[in-house]
Amino acid sequence: MTHDMSQYPLKLEGDNVPMVRFQNVTKKYGNLTVLDGLNLDVTEGEMVTIIGPSGSGKTTVLRMLMTLETIDSGVIYVDGEPLTHMEKNGRLVRANAAHLRKIRSKIGMCFQHFNLFPHMTALGNCIEGPMQVLGLSRKEAEERALELLDLVGMADKRDQHPSRLSGGQQQRVAIARALAMRPKVMLFDEVTSALDPEVISEVTSVIRGLVDQHNLTMLMVTHQIGFAREISDRICFFYSGQIEEQGSPEMLLDNPQKERTQQFLSAVLEAN
Amino acid sequence: MLDWKLDFTWEILPRLLAAAGNTMLAAGGGYVVAVVLGLVFALAQRTPSRLLTFVVRELVEFIRSTPLLLQIFFIYYVGPQFGLRLSPWSAGLIAIGLHYAAYLSEVYRGGIESVPKGQWEAARAINLSTAKTYRRIIIPQALPPALAGMGNYLVGIFKDTPMLSVIGVAELMHAANSIGAENFRYLEPYTIVGLIFLAISLPTAWLLRRFETALRRNMGLTR
Repeated sequence: MTHDMSQYPLKLEGDNVPMVRFQNVTKKYGNLTVLDGLNLDVTEGEMVTIIGPSGSGKTTVLRMLMTLETIDSGVIYVDGEPLTHMEKNGRLVRANAAHLRKIRSKIGMCFQHFNLFPHMTALGNCIEGPMQVLGLSRKEAEERALELLDLVGMADKRDQHPSRLSGGQQQRVAIARALAMRPKVMLFDEVTSALDPEVISEVTSVIRGLVDQHNLTMLMVTHQIGFAREISDRICFFYSGQIEEQGSPEMLLDNPQKERTQQFLSAVLEAN
Repeated sequence: MLDWKLDFTWEILPRLLAAAGNTMLAAGGGYVVAVVLGLVFALAQRTPSRLLTFVVRELVEFIRSTPLLLQIFFIYYVGPQFGLRLSPWSAGLIAIGLHYAAYLSEVYRGGIESVPKGQWEAARAINLSTAKTYRRIIIPQALPPALAGMGNYLVGIFKDTPMLSVIGVAELMHAANSIGAENFRYLEPYTIVGLIFLAISLPTAWLLRRFETALRRNMGLTR
């Protein structure tokens, strides 16, 4: 990497350090540029929703933050520390596996297709990380997991395997599983897209509850504009790898300034 | 024309049954070697090291493309030239274990690849280490789809144990050959050997299928 790294601070310091910062982040798949010099700050406790046409790079933003994808240039910071890089002799170099694991522990993620571990019960899914990664005893892990399963309304299904749960139920367990790791940042990647319309609300109401109850920083990718309007502090409209326009839900949804935003929103409204 | 001698049958049966014990021992021992070594072969091909992947890949291809009989002879007769002096039993178990490890590694590979990518991502999202991701998440899910193939090769290894008679392992075929040579009668010993093989492989295959279904249900993978 011949990229000049001196423009990136080793650490973010001072007041108002964002919980998440994307600084000049670029991601390419071959010739295709998925993200093009992305700059995005997310404040602690903020709920930011990313909307945009498919292929605009919105899911990639979450996947890079979860370190499921590498980045080609730029730096991602989490809680003031670089995630994609680490300090070595006063310079930023690519993060090694140990550094990634350390910073990644602040991030949790829920997926479109839930990705529960099918060979474990709902409770088993939720205690796996706390026991295997955080080193909690089974008793501690189960207490924590049951509290969270209760929060998502799934305590009575704790001994069921995912194959016996509906999509909405699986997604709620997946949210509990992610929360059991006590992340500072939660990522929701189209968590209602694979659900039947009648069960979407059981998942959105759980997420709505998180906005109220926890001082969690959240990034969400969704196609549900109504839900985004209701719970987001800020909405970013992505178009071909860049933030085309962003603002409060009222600003962006009711009074979009850019033509592409207007086109996208009217197309989405028409589809609904 | 069919001149089956009952008293001869009773006379040789204990000897053949004893040899059947050796056959099962050879198959079981070889299978244990194959199951463990096969997993090593499969995982070695998934490490980031391109060199290791290449070497193991070629080794597996080499083993699969040459006859088992040759491998048995090679390890037993050529091994000593490289300081590898092995008893027939050790040489036999290594040869048959190595041979089937190559096949089993492909079965494991298929099983591991059948686990959806989302499982790896979910494991990463809760920050599991790579080793724990394999042990706790991937291998348990790769096992049920691999089980049918693993069962086939257990029966396969069992049917291939007669090849060990060529280096003097006293298994069923070896015993039948000796009996035939001593008595100039081959009908009874070979027929009985065939029946013993059937009597073991058919129930084994049936039990393995039952086991696979039970395992899937137990793991919650089916309703």
